[in-house]
Formats: sequence, structure tokens, C-alpha cells
Amino acid sequence: MSRINSPADLENFRKEILSKKDPEKACIAVCTGTGCLALGAANVVAALKKEINKQGLEAKVDIKVDVRETGCPGFCERGPVLVIYPEEICYLQVQPGDAEEIISETIRAKKVIDRLLYVDPATDKKSVRESDIPFYKNQMRLLIGNNIKLDPKSIEDYVAVGGYSALAKALCQSTPEGIVELVKESKLRGRGGAGFPAGKKWEFARNSPGEIKYVVVNADEGDPGAFMDRALLEGNPHSVLEGLTIGAYAIGAHEGYIYVRQEYPLAVENVTIAIRRAEEHGFLGKNILGSGFDFTVKVHRGAGAFVCGEETALLMSLEGKAGEPRARPPYPAVKGLRDKPTNINNVETWANVPLIVNKGAGFLNSIGTEKSKGTKIFSLVGKVKNTGLVEVPMGITLRNIIYDVGGGVPGGKKFKAVQTGGPSGGCIPEEHLDIGVDFDELAKVGAIMGSGGMIVMDEDTCMVDVAKYFLNFLTEESCGKCTPCREGIRQMLKILTNISRGQGKEGDIKLLENLAETTRDASLCALGGSAPNPVLSTIRYFRDEYDAHIRDKKCPAYVCKELIAFYIDPAKCKACMICLRKCPAEAITGGKNQIHVIDQDKCTNCGTCFEVCPSRFSAVRRISGEPVPNAIPEEARTLVRESK
Amino acid sequence: MNEIILQIDGRKVQAKEGMTVLQAAQSIGINIPTLCHHEKLESYGACRICIVEAETGGRTRLIAACVYPVEENMAVRTRSEKVDKTRKVLLEELLAHAPDSVPLQALAQEYGADKDRFEKEPSFCVLCGLCVRYCAEVKKINAIGFSDRGAKREISFIPEIASGNCWDCKECFPLCPTSYLQAAYVLIEALMR
Ligand SMILES: Cc1cc2nc3c(=O)[nH]c(=O)nc-3n(C[C@H](O)[C@H](O)[C@H](O)COP(=O)(O)O)c2cc1C
Ligand code: SF4
Repeated sequence: MSRINSPADLENFRKEILSKKDPEKACIAVCTGTGCLALGAANVVAALKKEINKQGLEAKVDIKVDVRETGCPGFCERGPVLVIYPEEICYLQVQPGDAEEIISETIRAKKVIDRLLYVDPATDKKSVRESDIPFYKNQMRLLIGNNIKLDPKSIEDYVAVGGYSALAKALCQSTPEGIVELVKESKLRGRGGAGFPAGKKWEFARNSPGEIKYVVVNADEGDPGAFMDRALLEGNPHSVLEGLTIGAYAIGAHEGYIYVRQEYPLAVENVTIAIRRAEEHGFLGKNILGSGFDFTVKVHRGAGAFVCGEETALLMSLEGKAGEPRARPPYPAVKGLRDKPTNINNVETWANVPLIVNKGAGFLNSIGTEKSKGTKIFSLVGKVKNTGLVEVPMGITLRNIIYDVGGGVPGGKKFKAVQTGGPSGGCIPEEHLDIGVDFDELAKVGAIMGSGGMIVMDEDTCMVDVAKYFLNFLTEESCGKCTPCREGIRQMLKILTNISRGQGKEGDIKLLENLAETTRDASLCALGGSAPNPVLSTIRYFRDEYDAHIRDKKCPAYVCKELIAFYIDPAKCKACMICLRKCPAEAITGGKNQIHVIDQDKCTNCGTCFEVCPSRFSAVRRISGEPVPNAIPEEARTLVRESK
Repeated sequence: MNEIILQIDGRKVQAKEGMTVLQAAQSIGINIPTLCHHEKLESYGACRICIVEAETGGRTRLIAACVYPVEENMAVRTRSEKVDKTRKVLLEELLAHAPDSVPLQALAQEYGADKDRFEKEPSFCVLCGLCVRYCAEVKKINAIGFSDRGAKREISFIPEIASGNCWDCKECFPLCPTSYLQAAYVLIEALMR
């Protein structure tokens, strides 16, 4: 392929790609993102290709089909996902064994295979097209929508959907200052956590004195359970590269870095291939698109610590030093990588840039709330029916996300809280589900946007346990440099651990709040600054649960093992032997026609008996905050069955 | 270098661009307590004892005086209810590790810190990093470093380097605000012989 040397070349290239595409040809797009791969997507692809061969489709003129391996469309829970174009038929949980039927029925006979369709659990209604599935219907997929439409390893696929036209427009029709203005006008805010206005940051970096400047993509994504940046980088790497190159032009940088977490091998692979292709085509390198602008990009694999996502720590790590935050100011925009002005943005922030250049600042402005514009990708997980990646407009309510996109809480359980913002985010209760999700509204209720983690919790969740869980993560992931973070989290975690063990004391909540304040206000970086959120938000909304643990030694959600016990109600036990056999601690005595009894000394409170006891008996009771009734005497244990 | 005018504890201070708030305060004789700060070393900003209240652009917050550069028109308060309360908690957290440290005890007295507020976990080290940074920045030997992170962070000598250098140097010993360093060194000496 020859270099693209001008916007006109690009347009010709695009037309050429499109002209080679046969509109009659069907395309089976199979997600081969990390999630679907883990569920066997590679075997599905192989089986489909084999079937096409076996049924001799390659030689046929009337039926033509391609298999395309694409990025992640987000519905990972139902993977492997595939979509058949042009009809946009969406099949979920596809197995290699389905390949024959897909080819013979759907591709050849044009018939939809019912059993592979999405079924709405509430209405039993089936959806044929991807866009009819409620999970997708209620989203606005400006950034991840293209994932299923293109092979991330193919630059042609990206150009076919209009890729690199924003770069051409920026480089050949606008000045760097014009681009900075445009991004400022769009009111785009950083998606990596703090929500700082991107245009303003670009302006700082642009105006910082110095010949050499850098741009960096933050793809560290250390939040456990979050994978929106991975999906973008893996599924549509060119969109990130295009945004980055436009940013470099605006700021005056000629070198860029993509800092990717080590645990994302496929993202590293795809973005590395994308860089090579972009270089070959002249979208990167010298004299890009004939504009005279030079820019190169390198990929750096991060060591995988959560704190390395913090921008100053990331830059240290990029320089080969220990990944520890340093004090700001000076900000990276003034003194960043190798002491040069550096602009660092999150993957998703960069991916928004081509959109803004192509569609205008007004386009982004038309979406979202007053101060938060555009869409945000969340990783929706936990106790919700449809888990996966969801991209929604800012301002959508939490209720919309959880119930309309997510399908609500499974198993008939009650919703309890939603935790947003990653490990140092906050827990939001039912009463605030109608707030419009944006940077400021989430902060008002004691949570944060963070990078977009969203964990739904049901009634079986203990909020003290939740706070403990996140602090445990943070005590390990804090770099340990500064006192308030290292020691404050350590002490808070100790108190929470004591409370969860029934060793809480009056005054513990006050002490937690006291420690939280110091950690929040005196820490060096935002890890410490936000670490108290899980504690403060759970105290704010679920204080009664703390009180129950501290005063009544009771865990209302029956989670804290030290505070609960299991007891078999002798009046209900039908001596069915199920729990007795299943108990891993062999703590249950009984036999045929012998009412079962738990030996409290042997019991480890694992809850197996509670789960396996048939619901028609419901003989196992959870007990917390009160004494366990005495076991019935041995002579009374023989079950007297009522004669029918 | 541009002149920068700011206020510290209600007094007007003329400082130079690039100076830290700590240096500006010292220049007019105002004392701000520090633990991890050392004139010969690069500012570190880790112990946070030097925290002060600063008002810039209408916003008041805590900043670490040893690393924060002076800004035009900023108003700094080196003592306030909030500052004192914060220093007290920080001292109490550190005293759980080094209850016998003389400088910590002196500060504890001033800020009413209770050395028994938190359960003792005597590691004797407060991770101020003076030894580590002195060895790296001044001596350029790197015989001692940090290992692990979070609550498990600790300092450790690198035996191969320490064995050939430390015995004749020991310049970091007097920097240590607890007596930990010496003990650690002696320990490793003992292990090596
Ligand atoms: C502990 C910690 C972890 C962070 N992790 C990430 C991360 O994984 N990805 C990211 O983009 N930003 C992360 N950030 C935010 C960055 O410091 C920085 O604000 C961001 O990269 C700026 O880009 P943005 O303006 O586009 O959001 C983290 C911050 C902290 C304090
Ligand atoms: S706040 Fe925590 S993570 Fe940040 S510098 Fe201090 S110890 Fe390290």
C-alpha cells in the first residue's frame, strides 16, 4: 500500500476500500475481545470458517460470506457474541457446534435461529437485531459502537467507517490553536477520573515554554473489574491513535506514549499493529498526510500497579523509576516526562477527539448535562442481570442504567446500593438513584465518576464488609510514600476489621471519620485523597448497619462470618440428608429420619446448608445478633412423619 | 527570577519564584515542623507534618509546605485548628510505629498527640526516606532502598552494596528520626558476618 499524502489521497483510499466491498456479501462479525476469547470465541471463528469451506460457499457466486474478528461490543456476559450483517442479526452465547446451523440456516436459507437470540427475561420477547436488545437500545454508543463493525487489526476497516478523516481535517484545515479552542468549546472533560477539562489542559501544555513536548495515553486501567479502556484500545485502536495525533498537533508534541497495563496483551498487540499500519499509510511518522507535521508513538507496558495510573506516578514509571506519585505543582503540563511539558489523557478522552473534530464542538455539547458533555462508558457489574460495558449519555439516571440497560437485580432480590468510581468510589443508596450521572452529581452524593466502574449490590451485601473490601485493596495498592494515606488507610482498615468481627466499640465511627478527614485532606495524591470515600459513603447512608455491628454484634446482611451462625429449625427439618452430605466441615449430625443438627463448634459459617436446604423446607435459619437456640436433645430427634 | 508576594500568618513575604512555602516561611523566621525534609535533599513531601492551610484563588486547602511552590497572593496559615488537628493525627499514626522517637515525642507534646491512640506496631521506622534519599542523592551509592508498597512498605539495605560501603560511611545514621536505621544496619552486619 502506498502512503497517503493528502486528504484527497485519503478520500480516494476510502472509496477504493468501499468499492471493493460487495454489498451483497454477508459478514459474520464475531467478537474476539478478551472477554469473548475467554469464552471460546476463537473456536467459534474456526468452526465458522471450516463450515463455510465444508459447505463450499467460497465457490458459490450467489451466496458470499466473510468472517470478521472484531473488538468488544460490551455484552460480555452473553459471549461469545456475533452479529451477522447486513441484517444485523445478533446471536449470543454462540458455541462452535452452532456453526453449521448458522451457515446453512442463516447465511444460506436466510432464516433466523431462534435459540441463539436474546430473550428478555421479563417479557420472554426475543430480539433479532442487535439494536433491539434492551441492553443496547438504551445506550448511546458513540465510542464503542464501532467495535463490532471493524477488525481492529485492519486499518482499511477503520478508514472505511470514516477513520482518519478527523486527522486530515485537523492537520490540513485547522491550526493547532484552532483545535485547542475546539476541544475547549466542546467542554470535553477527562474520563480517567478527575474530570479536568481536556481543552484547558491542552492549552496549558501548548503554552508551556519548551521545544520538546510529549503526549501520553493513560491505559493503565487499574480498577479491578473495569475494562472500558481495554475494549477501546483492543477493539478500535486507530480511534485512540487518531485522537492522540490530533492532540499532539494541537499541543506541539512530536512524540507520544501509550502506557498500557501489562495484563492487556491483546490491547498491546492490537495497538502495536495499528501503529505499524498507521506508519505505513502515513498517518504517523514524518510529514503526516503531507501537512509537514511529524509524530511518532511508542507503546510502554506498565508494571501493573494501581497507583501507576496516577499521572505523576505513570510518568515516573515511564522514565524507568519507581512508580510513585510526586507532588503537584509543577503539573505535567509544565514539567512532565523527562521534565518536559507533557499532556496526559485517558484512553476514552483521546477517543472522543476525532468525534469532536468531525462533528464539531456543538455535537458533543448537545449531549449530556450542563457541565458534563458527551457519553461515558461504564463497566456495569455485580448484582445486575446484564453485565458488561455500557456507553450512555451523561445525565442519564442511575436507575436507567441499572434497570433499563442492566435489566435490574436478578433473583428477585432487592437493590441495596450502587458503587461507582472504582476502589475509592462511593456507595449510593436507592434514594439517590434518580440523580443524573455526571461528574458533579456523583460527587454531591459522596461518590465519584472515577474511570467508570459501576458495581450493583443487592440486599445480601454488608456495607461494612464492602468498605473493608475496598480499603483492603487500597492498603495494598497505596504506594506507601506518604503518612496520611499509608497509615490512615491502615488504621481505618483495622477499625473496620474489628467492627466486622464484633469487636467494634462506641466511638469507632467518630474515629473513622477523623482518620478519613486527615487521609482525604493531607495525602500527597488522589489515591489517598479519595481512599476514604468507601468508608464515608457507607457511614453516610448505612450508619444503622455500622451501629448493628458495633452495638448488637449483628450483621444484618448475614455476611460477616464472625457475627453469624446457622441453625436448623427442628420443626422444619425433614431429615433429607442434603445439607448433611454437602457440609464441607462435616459439622452436621443426623441421619435418615433423624432431625439434623449443626455442631456450632465445627461449623465454619460457610452457608452451604442454607443454600442447599430445599426451599419447600427452608429449615436452615441464619442467626445474627442473638444466641443460637440450643440443639434439641438427642432423644427428640427422631422424625415422626405424618401419614398421608 | 520573578519576585512573588504572599502572606504567611498575616505577614507579607517577598519570595522568589520557585521557592517553596517552607523556604518562604523560614526566610521570615516562621517555623514549620518537618520530618522528612532535609536541606541537602530534594523535597519529598511524604511525612506531611509540614502541612499548612493555603488560600489560592478563593479556595482553602491543605498543602505540604516543603514541596509547594509559592504563588502570587497566596495566603498561608501555618497554624490553625485544622492544621493542628491534622498534624496531631499524623503524629499519632507515626507514634504507633516509633513510640520512642525523640523528635516525634517533642512534636506530640506540642500538638497534644496521644502516642497510645492507635495500637502499637513497632517497626521503628516512619518511612521518612531520609536515609534512602541521602544515600542516593548525596552519596550516590544506593545502598539502601524502599521495598514493597502500601502498608507493607519498608526500608532495606542491599547487602552487596552495603557490605562494601556502609561501614565506613554511616552518614545517614544521624539523620534518622528514630533509632531504627542503626539497629537495622547492625542487624544486617550481623547477618553478613
Ligand atoms: C490512584 C490513581 C489511579 C489512577 N488510575 C488511572 C487509570 O488507570 N487511568 C486513567 O486514565 N487515569 C487514572 N488516574 C487519573 C490520572 O491521574 C489522570 O488524572 C488522568 O490520566 C488524566 O487524564 P484525563 O484528564 O483524560 O482523565 C488515576 C489517578 C489516581 C489517583
Ligand atoms: S496518597 Fe497514597 S498513593 Fe498517593 S503518594 Fe501518598 S501514599 Fe502514595
